[in-house]
Amino acid sequence: MATSSERSPPPFPDSEDQDVLDSEEVGGRDSDEDDGEDLFMSASNPPMTEMDTTLPTASQPTDVLMKPPSNIMDEPLIEPVSSQTENKPVNEVVSEPSDDFVDLTNNVTDSPDEAVAAESAIADAAKDTTEIPLDEPSDEFEDIFGSENEALQEEVVVANVTVEAATDNSGVTSGVTDTPGDGKTGSDDEQEAKETATDPIVDLGDDLPASVAQQPPPAREKCFDPLVDLLSDAPPAAAASIPSRATVDLFEDEGTDLFTEPRQTKSAMQQQKSLFGEPDEDLFGEPLGATSKKTISKEQDKPVKTKAASHVSNIGGPLQDNSRAEPPDIFTEEAVTTLPSITSTSTVNSKTNGVQSEEEADIFSKATVELSLDSPRGERRKDVTAKPSASALSQSAAASLAKPQSAALEELEEEEEEEQGDKFDIFVSVKDPEKIGDGMNAYMAYKLTTETQLAMFRNKTFTVRRRFSDFLGLYEKLSEKHGPNGFIVPPPPEKSILGMTKVKVGKEDSSSADFVERRRAALERYLQRVVNHPSLLQDPDVREFLEREELPRAVSTQALSGAGFLKMINKATDAVSKMTIKMNESDVWFEEKLQEVESADQHFRKLHALVESLVIHRKELSLNTANFAKSTAMLGSAEDNTALSRALSQLAEVEDKMEQLHQEQAANDTFNFAELIADYIRLLGAVRATFDHRMKAWQRWQDAQGALQKKRETEAKLLWANKPDKLQLAKEEIAEWEAKVTQYERDFERVSATVRKEVLRFEKEKAKNFKREIMNYLACLLQSQQQLIKYWEAFLPEAKAIA
Amino acid sequence: MMEEVKEVTSTLSVDRHNINVTEVLKDGDSLTFLIVSQKLSGTGEYHVARAYDDFEWLQQHLFSQEDVPGIQGVIFPPLPAKAQVNASAKVMKQLGFLGLGEWQPYCKALETFLRQIAAHSILSKNKAVEIFLTSSDPPGRQRVRKNIFNRLSQAVEEKRKEGHKDVDQFFQTERDHNLVLAGCAKTAAERFLDVVQTEQKIAVACGHFSAALHLCVEPGEDSDKQAFSKACVKLSEVFDSMKKNMTSVAENNVSTLGLGLDLESRYQEAEKEMLFRRTCKLVELESARRNAEKAKPVKKAAMEEVKKAAETEFDHICGVAKQEIARFQGARVEMLQQALVQWCEKQLLTAKESAEQFNQHLQALRGMA
Repeated sequence: MATSSERSPPPFPDSEDQDVLDSEEVGGRDSDEDDGEDLFMSASNPPMTEMDTTLPTASQPTDVLMKPPSNIMDEPLIEPVSSQTENKPVNEVVSEPSDDFVDLTNNVTDSPDEAVAAESAIADAAKDTTEIPLDEPSDEFEDIFGSENEALQEEVVVANVTVEAATDNSGVTSGVTDTPGDGKTGSDDEQEAKETATDPIVDLGDDLPASVAQQPPPAREKCFDPLVDLLSDAPPAAAASIPSRATVDLFEDEGTDLFTEPRQTKSAMQQQKSLFGEPDEDLFGEPLGATSKKTISKEQDKPVKTKAASHVSNIGGPLQDNSRAEPPDIFTEEAVTTLPSITSTSTVNSKTNGVQSEEEADIFSKATVELSLDSPRGERRKDVTAKPSASALSQSAAASLAKPQSAALEELEEEEEEEQGDKFDIFVSVKDPEKIGDGMNAYMAYKLTTETQLAMFRNKTFTVRRRFSDFLGLYEKLSEKHGPNGFIVPPPPEKSILGMTKVKVGKEDSSSADFVERRRAALERYLQRVVNHPSLLQDPDVREFLEREELPRAVSTQALSGAGFLKMINKATDAVSKMTIKMNESDVWFEEKLQEVESADQHFRKLHALVESLVIHRKELSLNTANFAKSTAMLGSAEDNTALSRALSQLAEVEDKMEQLHQEQAANDTFNFAELIADYIRLLGAVRATFDHRMKAWQRWQDAQGALQKKRETEAKLLWANKPDKLQLAKEEIAEWEAKVTQYERDFERVSATVRKEVLRFEKEKAKNFKREIMNYLACLLQSQQQLIKYWEAFLPEAKAIA
Repeated sequence: MMEEVKEVTSTLSVDRHNINVTEVLKDGDSLTFLIVSQKLSGTGEYHVARAYDDFEWLQQHLFSQEDVPGIQGVIFPPLPAKAQVNASAKVMKQLGFLGLGEWQPYCKALETFLRQIAAHSILSKNKAVEIFLTSSDPPGRQRVRKNIFNRLSQAVEEKRKEGHKDVDQFFQTERDHNLVLAGCAKTAAERFLDVVQTEQKIAVACGHFSAALHLCVEPGEDSDKQAFSKACVKLSEVFDSMKKNMTSVAENNVSTLGLGLDLESRYQEAEKEMLFRRTCKLVELESARRNAEKAKPVKKAAMEEVKKAAETEFDHICGVAKQEIARFQGARVEMLQQALVQWCEKQLLTAKESAEQFNQHLQALRGMA
């Protein structure tokens, strides 16, 4: 079972985290890990090498039957911590039918005692369900689910949440719940309610020790808000989705318990399982139900491991990351499936066999409530699930996965992009900069108006007020979420202490007005870039930013504020990583691109300096022209000859008009070129950041390989020394690291693919953008020349009339 | 030197409208100007090489024609300040428009100076002019003694005598007016010079930008890259024509209105000098009158004679000055009008050309899509 063990996530980093953070759970978890390991080892009786071959074949022919065994393999290895946080929202959704959802969660957070009770209850419930033969419910469930999802999906395509569709679905799904449950649904519901009770506790317990004060509230808010929407906007839809989810849960729980029981593990371990194993199953079990085992392990690996990585790098609070990042994920599943996801699912359909893809589609089309949710993640996950399933079908070995995978990914995403490319019917304008407050506490607020044809937004147009730091906060969030995955997150304009201080001091001179206008335009372009990005547009934070009246104050922008400061840090880390990481680039494409990006960066910087000086000269010209106009007027007034005097005062007027022209030209230069180039310098920075992220992924992979190598050496030593007890441990570790290596390699491939796609998109955008701007600029230039001609033509007779 | 003059005629042997300063030769730090003038008699041309010192010599000779009555009432055509190779900032500032470019404006100014002298009814009669324009040898480089018209001494006396109340209302108004106009013309010329210099800077900046854009051209067959490269090249062309446009706008400015304003400003100064000389004479006359009144009988006759001489001289000066002022007023209006019309026409032409070019660029860019 080499493949499965490879893919199974490592328990250590996370369990360590949790050990630190959650003192309550320490003992239990440790025992759980051990047990899990034992369980796993006992289950994988056949030699490792053999499992490689057995798995694909086993998983392929029988979709249903083979999945439960694979469940067993995975469960013990599933990550406890991060998956819990992930599960929390799901469970909340699940518990919704029991009406007192809010109360429940609130109570739970208050009283850990209840949770203990709940745990035991779950354990009991789990035992109860073990008697159920697995095949039947899952089989039925599978079928119904598949067909039903087809319908659901179709409806999504046609129209977002129509009430009829929703009610239809609810009917079907309720039927579904009945069939497999056979009266046990009641107890299952109960059980799930209890689960929800326990999970938030764990979540809370994790978050609070992490001492991140702000984090839990927003996280919960996110969970609540959508849910409230869910209930208020489309109750039938909610009803539809929830029971169907319940069935999944039911099914998974049964599976889990069924297979854990025969192993005759201790009761403590079972508790753990119900706490950790089941929640995981809730989430990951859905695709598991339909797709092959590979998908499962993939699914689990991806989010969990990336999170584990971020834990390591983000000392700040790993749990905070999870709790923030995950809820959206889960909600995407209920979110309206927008076009991209539909197209991609359809492509999946063509590539895989029907059941699997439908099941996957289900993830996205399950609930049809219009919620803004994180679909980049969802999409990615879908991609991830899609690929392995495709490759599993072709029965290819794990090693050969990489290439078709990335190819499939690219194809998928390109299609997606083209679809999206013509589609972005969304325009954001930033207007009316307004100074709020006095003195050094003053800040600028901008009016954000969004016009959109996209169905994911509630209204066609909406307006909110945002301050500058909110824009920075948005960027912060986006770059944290999407940066590591290789997305080019458009950067906002830098915070300018000098410029802002001038504004704050209240000097109403032209330079501060100029500054405000420049910044306003930069913010507008920044936002437009964000919403034009198909993946970023789906981010809940983006939607929240555009739509929500009140935004929680972005706190951390102070640190981000000094762009200089940030750059300094970035440069320092870059320098260090460049020194330490010697990446022998295997991909020529990336090597070339990196060079291109760097030379482009240099060129753009040079261009920017040149344009800036041009703009300065233009401004000088307009000033000088104004002065000349004044002195001409003086000369005219001093002139005795009336004709000459009149001509000179006419000339003064002409020169005044020309001054305006020059000023406009300076503004043109500024906004068409200087700002554009400045934007691209920032964007090139972002592009470089994606390269760095890719390098980091590579580095992680290489480190893991190194570690694996070491473990193998230790194993060899132990083998030689004939220490079977330690050998066992060493083997476990090797399996673990093998999984990590595969995982990291895949991560790297994924990031590479994303970066590649993003860079291509960037280049396309760049070419388009520049051409458009040049045309605009030329048009302006032409116009101003024509205006100039008019001025001269008007003046010529005046000059001729002097004599 | 005057002895060396071949033809000592009272009239000039060259066509007064066909005097050209065609070339400037740089020899180390000295500048030599090539003056070509059409012979009035036949088809031949005079080619003479003159340094700035020669021009100065000419002017000094014109100043010091003591035999011509009322010479001090003449508004002498202003000679531009001395041009220097690698001139200091101060000299450049003094030169104004004339310091721009490769001395073309300066040559133009010298040409105007010579034409004005040749066209002047009194000054053109001086033999020195003939010598200057026709003699193949340079008319001698020795220092001419500084006389009363020297600017330095004028600066000292100016303050004392400038405010002197005039006896003639005409001259009083003219003096006041001249003072205002001279100031305004100077400022206008300076401001316009600023404009021109900025335009030149813009032209240079456009050139740099255009050149830098060529560096952004990325190799590769990728369609996006090619599109971007094409856009860059196109933009580079656009900026190149912008540079050309700006350059010619600046040139137009200099060659027409710039020179016009410069000349106007210098002529106002020349008029001011003339008026000042007259005022000096007036002061002299008044003191002579006082002396004659107060004089002892012994000296009375001599004093009366001095008074008489001063009176006649002053009358001459006034007569000449009135003519000169009238002539000057007409000439400068015509000159400024011409400058303005030419300026306007040239700029119009340039603007139209540029508009046409930009339009072509725009069409080409649209066609690229």
